[in-house]
Amino acid sequence: MDNQAINETLGAGALADGHAEHVSLPQMRHHFETEEQQREAASLGMWLFLLTEIMFFGGLFMAYLLYRNWYHDAFVAASNTLSIPLGAFNTGVLISSGFMMALAVWAAEMRKKGLLVVFLVLTTILGLVFMGVKYVEYKEKFELRHVPGESFDISRFVNPTPEARDQQHLPVDTARKTELFFSLYFVMTGMHALHMIIGIGLLVWLIARAQKGDFSAGYVAPIENFALYWHFVDIIWIFLFPLLYLINIHPGR
Amino acid sequence: MSTIVSLPDQRTATLPKKSYLNNEQGLLSWLLTGDHKRIAILYLISITVFFFIGGAMAGLIRLELLTPQGDLMSSDTYNKLFTMHGVVMVFLFLVPSVPATLGNFFIPMMIGARDLAFPRINLLSWYLYTIAGILMLTTMVLGGVDTGWTFTTPLSTHYVNTHVVTTGLMVFVAGFSSVFTGLNFIVTIHRMRAPGMTWFRMPLFVWAHYAASILMVLGTPVLAITIVLVALERTIGIGVFDPTRGGDPLLFQHLFWFYSHPAVYIMILPGMGVISEVISTFSRKRVFGYSAVAFSSVAIAVFGFFVWAHHMYIMGLSNYSAMVFSLLTMLVAVPSAIKIFNWTATLYKGSITFETPMLYVFGFIGMFTIGGLTGVFLGTMGTDIHLTETYFIVAHFHFVMVGGMLMAFLAGIHFWWPKMTGRMYPEGLSKIAAVITFVGFILTFMPQFVLGYLGMPRRYHAYPPEFQILNVLSTAGATVLGVGYMLPLLYLGWSLKYGAIAGDNPWQATGLEWQTASPPPTENFAKTPVVDYEAYDYERLEEMQKREVTTVG
Amino acid sequence: MSYEQDPQNVTNPEHDEHHVVSPLQYTLVFVTLLTMTAITVAAAYVNLGLLNPVIALAIACFKACIVVLFFMHIKYSSRLIKMTVFSGFFMFFVLVMMTLTDYMSRAWGRY
Repeated sequence: MDNQAINETLGAGALADGHAEHVSLPQMRHHFETEEQQREAASLGMWLFLLTEIMFFGGLFMAYLLYRNWYHDAFVAASNTLSIPLGAFNTGVLISSGFMMALAVWAAEMRKKGLLVVFLVLTTILGLVFMGVKYVEYKEKFELRHVPGESFDISRFVNPTPEARDQQHLPVDTARKTELFFSLYFVMTGMHALHMIIGIGLLVWLIARAQKGDFSAGYVAPIENFALYWHFVDIIWIFLFPLLYLINIHPGR
Repeated sequence: MSTIVSLPDQRTATLPKKSYLNNEQGLLSWLLTGDHKRIAILYLISITVFFFIGGAMAGLIRLELLTPQGDLMSSDTYNKLFTMHGVVMVFLFLVPSVPATLGNFFIPMMIGARDLAFPRINLLSWYLYTIAGILMLTTMVLGGVDTGWTFTTPLSTHYVNTHVVTTGLMVFVAGFSSVFTGLNFIVTIHRMRAPGMTWFRMPLFVWAHYAASILMVLGTPVLAITIVLVALERTIGIGVFDPTRGGDPLLFQHLFWFYSHPAVYIMILPGMGVISEVISTFSRKRVFGYSAVAFSSVAIAVFGFFVWAHHMYIMGLSNYSAMVFSLLTMLVAVPSAIKIFNWTATLYKGSITFETPMLYVFGFIGMFTIGGLTGVFLGTMGTDIHLTETYFIVAHFHFVMVGGMLMAFLAGIHFWWPKMTGRMYPEGLSKIAAVITFVGFILTFMPQFVLGYLGMPRRYHAYPPEFQILNVLSTAGATVLGVGYMLPLLYLGWSLKYGAIAGDNPWQATGLEWQTASPPPTENFAKTPVVDYEAYDYERLEEMQKREVTTVG
Repeated sequence: MSYEQDPQNVTNPEHDEHHVVSPLQYTLVFVTLLTMTAITVAAAYVNLGLLNPVIALAIACFKACIVVLFFMHIKYSSRLIKMTVFSGFFMFFVLVMMTLTDYMSRAWGRY
């Protein structure tokens, strides 16, 4: 990088030979020797937390793998009741919000406060859009009585309505197994949604602090580490979408 | 019995004016502390409380088992007692015991750091533990849970109406406490070692905690999701483990034991770390085969993840899968055995002395070996079919957990008590307590191996009369054991005010923590130490002492 | 561990260079992700028999990989972070594969 670029990126603390002066940030914690150590420790800590999330969702994916294998026909029929356009749209929304978050990290590293706030706000808005679509989807499932538990209703699987041309009618005991699909659907997307809600809450807090300028003076660790969390939640959805929505071939609908 | 050659003159030892204990005053300074040492003490107090609660339940269990009839309490109450004894002892005592107290206190000091990487997360860890403890007490007050600590489905999801969800919540919260502790340790050990403190110069105590932390971080979340699924099944009726809805109850067991087997290594590895430190100090010799012990710790952690289905042989597991798990179980015993051999080799040609921590270490080596060997019998499918769900299993895990882990915990508490508090405990009384514990332990749990072999099932409150004599022996032993555990509570408490002042290094041990004052200052080290020597370097310690003596004059 | 005390970086060789990923790279990844999403939806409408779930999972894995490598900066991270990420996914595979040894072999030897 040439000197001008260095000065632009590092700002006032840059010296003529291109290295940043060792300015201690106010957020430096004193049990660390250097800021670099603090930043790397925070990053490693966040990754370890994400490992726990991998294993947490991993149990659910294991359950899904097993029951999809055991009750393939029921899972196919149940998956057909999910709306692929809505799911695909949501996937696009989440990918876009991940893109916005990545740009927010870049803005923080470039010390551009205004852009950082804009990208964080866009990330949040896209996250809220995702939640809105999920609400619509859940509402439909409640109306169709596809929520597992006392009120679970298999009649649409045993006797499909005329509109669902591709739906073959299932024998009763196979139809009963659709409840397992919906159990996993609600637990998996529900857990994912819970993580999104927590993420959106954290985003609001980060936006407030970013607006105050906390993250545009060189201290970018919270933005970086939150971005790791947000991307991870995105990755979970990247797997949930094909597994839950795209199980079988939909003959030209 | 002699004491350590050339102990420093403790008559002139003084307590430092300012230490982590009196640095700040007031309850809030403790409850909002970030100091890893204070958090360790907070944990020590909470863990002790729950240990005695769990112990009281054990006492009631043994009392019921004095007679063949179920005459002291109903079978439902008995079920609740052994369940809660298990839950409290596993999640509120054994898992956090050494890591959260001794690990928290000493890992930063041993690697020359000023604190753990995330002090506020450390405090959060303690609060989560306390919340879990309160939830457990709530469960007890509300009427308890009786599914067994293993929450086997479909019993726990469909056939009991006790407080499974509250207990599940408690386990979930305690799990997070454990995850955060492990996370903190891993980051600290990777990123905060002092200059020159390479991986292979760290004390083996740190290696052991590193291995246990990997297990905590990777294993606990699977338990968390399993508990969530059980709770959802009980509340809203999803049928993931319900055979009537197509679910597989064995899936629960796979997910449960995926954590709970590594959990036993989470429990024992830190104890093994303590053993390495104590055995080296009281043989005045470096641990034999440092690399072997270090790599064995990590090997136990890694292999520990591959063997969980040996808890499920009779549950409907495929025989071919069971064979695979059985073979892997044989493998996982090897690193533990390597460690025992290395510790024994450490003793060989060492200058052995018999301070209280060393007595507990000897107890550990004997009892853990027996417990571990019986684990191999149980890992073999053929014998396991006869011995599983009998008292043989109960004896096996109590040998490794009580005879192993609890003895290691007591060894560690006694070894580091002078450092943590600045006071020595009364050596004579502590030796007596150690011997009482040992005798009580053998008397309690040896007969249980025979009982299991003869066929007495576990978790039954009534049994055929021919088993009574062995049960009476076991209960008698439990009484002795109870005395043995009460004594440290009393004399350690006494020593806080009346114990002899310890000085910096009463045991003449190596290790950075012994080069600070007792109790240490809040910042641990005035200047970050620079390390250019190996661990357990007793020659260097002697050199330093000689130089000190000549300059003081 | 500061540079002054440990200039050879003996104790912490796991340091990473603090690389800044450019918006252009992010945009490329973003477009790739959207494209792969479209492909996976389109593929679901074509009957490829057994290959359908394979393709869907393969595309999902690819998308996850580029998110991890670029959005989450793993490509530019230290070996320690790379090993950490790998161990997480490895453990997940162990959970799935070894549980499957039970489920896949339960029916063996039966007629």
